[in-house]
Amino acid sequence: MLQYFAKQQKVYPKRVWGKYRKLKWVAMIVTLGIYYLVPFIRWDRGPNAPDQAVLIDLNGPRAYWFWIEIWPQEVYILTGILILAAIGLFFVTSMFGRVWCGYLCPQTVWTDLFVWVERIVQGDRNARKKLQEGPWTFTKIRKIALTHFIWLVIAWATAGSFVLYFNDAPTLVRSFFEFDVSPTVLWFIIGLTASTYLMAGFAREQVCTYMCPYARFQSAMFDKDTLIIGYDQKRGEPRGKHKKGTSWDDRGDCIDCTLCVQVCPTGIDIRDGLQMECIACGLCVDACNGVMDQVERPRGLIRYDTANHMQAEVKGGEERFRFIRPRTIYYSAIIAIVGSIMLYALIFRSPLELHVLHDRNPVFVQLSSGEIRNGYTIKILNKTHQFQTYDLTLDGLDNAQINVRAAGDVSASDLSVPADSVGSYHIFVSADVPPAEPRKFNFVLRSRDGDMEDEYKAKFITRRD
Amino acid sequence: MTEDHKKDKDIDELSGVETTGHSWDGLQELNNPLPRWWVWVWIATIVWSVWYFVVYPAWPVPGGATEGTSGYTQFKELAESQQEIRDRQAAYLERFENASFEEIMNDEELYAFAMAGGKSAFKDNCATCHGTGAEGGMGYPNLNDDDWLWGGKLSDIYHTLRYGIRADNLDTRLSQMPAFGQDKLLDKQQINMVVDYVLSLSGHTDDAHHGGEYDPAEYLKAGAQIFQQQCASCHGPDAKGLHEFGAPNLTDAIWLFGGDRDTVFQTVYYSRAGMMPAWEGRLGDDTIRQLAVYIHELGGGAPDAAILPDEGLRNPAPLKSPEYEKTEDLDNDGEVLSVEPEVPLAEDAQNDMGVHE
Repeated sequence: MLQYFAKQQKVYPKRVWGKYRKLKWVAMIVTLGIYYLVPFIRWDRGPNAPDQAVLIDLNGPRAYWFWIEIWPQEVYILTGILILAAIGLFFVTSMFGRVWCGYLCPQTVWTDLFVWVERIVQGDRNARKKLQEGPWTFTKIRKIALTHFIWLVIAWATAGSFVLYFNDAPTLVRSFFEFDVSPTVLWFIIGLTASTYLMAGFAREQVCTYMCPYARFQSAMFDKDTLIIGYDQKRGEPRGKHKKGTSWDDRGDCIDCTLCVQVCPTGIDIRDGLQMECIACGLCVDACNGVMDQVERPRGLIRYDTANHMQAEVKGGEERFRFIRPRTIYYSAIIAIVGSIMLYALIFRSPLELHVLHDRNPVFVQLSSGEIRNGYTIKILNKTHQFQTYDLTLDGLDNAQINVRAAGDVSASDLSVPADSVGSYHIFVSADVPPAEPRKFNFVLRSRDGDMEDEYKAKFITRRD
Repeated sequence: MTEDHKKDKDIDELSGVETTGHSWDGLQELNNPLPRWWVWVWIATIVWSVWYFVVYPAWPVPGGATEGTSGYTQFKELAESQQEIRDRQAAYLERFENASFEEIMNDEELYAFAMAGGKSAFKDNCATCHGTGAEGGMGYPNLNDDDWLWGGKLSDIYHTLRYGIRADNLDTRLSQMPAFGQDKLLDKQQINMVVDYVLSLSGHTDDAHHGGEYDPAEYLKAGAQIFQQQCASCHGPDAKGLHEFGAPNLTDAIWLFGGDRDTVFQTVYYSRAGMMPAWEGRLGDDTIRQLAVYIHELGGGAPDAAILPDEGLRNPAPLKSPEYEKTEDLDNDGEVLSVEPEVPLAEDAQNDMGVHE
């Protein structure tokens, strides 16, 4: 019978210890620590602003990152962050291969955590396999139930932490335990709990193999100088069992113990060469090095290496790692350019912005005195956390008056905007000028204390052209 | 799978992958099996679609579609959001009803409410003649400028809106300019004289008539004399117009029907009389008040004493005429009266982007 649909082969990664496993633990503790704890960091912004260091306030709508504060108008900064993240990933990938996949990707980190829980409760590879493939006994039910319960608790904490980035964390945590959260928050927690549980508990390596687009297009960033996990075929083959004390002549160093296969979280055999499923986590390297130590052969039968380097060794030559290549140069150039633009935008971020919109209908009005009047809607963005008063003047339009239309008695030298908000005024500019080409001038807005200033180019229209 | 079957397997030599056994002109199909869970996801979407068909309106049937067990329709959703808007407006509307013009002009929220409502009502009712930007046209006054026939104070604008001009209403603005030529009150030369005089008041002397044998100065002097006898009673001795007669200011730069010599001659010869309907009975009082504020704030509203206590203006003592009763009845039916004003939203630009939890 032809099998058109393949059943998922459950992978039972064996426990392993070594340099890269240690690195993976550290990476997991750091990334999860950041993820779970950052919402609780406080940052004093004074009154009229939240004191959460990292917060995306969708109702505000504002985004806060320590000393940086972003309005929706500055969403290009988010674009910049995304470009930097993407190119940064490409850069790292072209240098070191899929280290993102192996150490930092949330799918890897949470899967690793879930496998760890599985191992603590159910035992190592063989015990797990026996238990899960065996008949349903009381012990099996107890262990499986405990595993899933712990998974769900972790998934729930993950979902809860996500929501905390969009709300004041301590307040939300308190209201959660008082059963007083909005349906939106609840649905996000339910949805993310379910997806974490499903992805890290069940889908696991299937995500990397079948769902992740990055796994598929990362080969575009690879070249012969990219660090990959490689099995040294020349040294390893011909493989075979080795009896202690016998000669290593006329045979390879690989003793075919298959430990590298047993520890692999994606269930592949690295000795078949580089495969799409490989997330470059290095656990097979750890496993093989341990075995090589035992059989008293040099380490590095499986290792992080570049294709060029391996090939050079085959030919007997010595090839050095080349980090300076065209692609690393242009990736770093893009990072430098985008990074500088963002740095500039953040350093010179103005706490005051003026926007002017000329009335379209009518574009000008003839007054009875013969003067001509133009109307403008002005928007004042007060990005400070204080109530501000501004003085609006005209630069380059002589003998013109500004008249503000607003509730109460408001003059152009007394435009007030509440803290952290946008003030909108409709103003009229009238001038006794003969009809001519549109006159260009500037609106100049100064804060009362004179610290902040912004200009906006405008036109004074006096006839139909 | 037995050993026999394994032997039967048709393996592609080049890729080492099993084929399906299908062959088209020598092209063989390789079998790279799809993960089974993916098939389950596909089946789940089918189940979802069946659920959707049951719960939401989906199947087209004659005269519409199946209703769906949830009873959801987009019409209901629209009605709900409209109700939400009405509820939000209600808070403002109650305050607005009880506020005087003075309070409205000094309260940020009420002012924004009046402007938003007035803008919307203007586009629906007034733009037909005055244009969407209230810039007017020949015979239809530009409401943006500061030249007013019947007065530019809030109370004046409110009165004009409510009772109309030469409209079918007892309190309507009413006046009639004589057709000086047609009714033979003045002969053509006299009209030419007065037209030259009127044009000279705003400096338009380029195409003056001057009647040939007359000295221009004498001619203008004669025009001035005729003006004082015939026109000054309404337009005022200084020709600056009088709001109580709806008589325009003849000395300024704005001409309702045109300021060239021929048009002014025609105006004097045949007279002019524009009309505007009375909005009482067609629009609710709140809408008329919103409109008054909006038009006043288009830029031309008289700045001095613009804000007057409007005691007795909103609810004048009912008149005893049957005509007035009629309009009152209409008002009570309240069918076509109120126009939904937009609710003023501070920082509307930001609200557009906000995601509401």
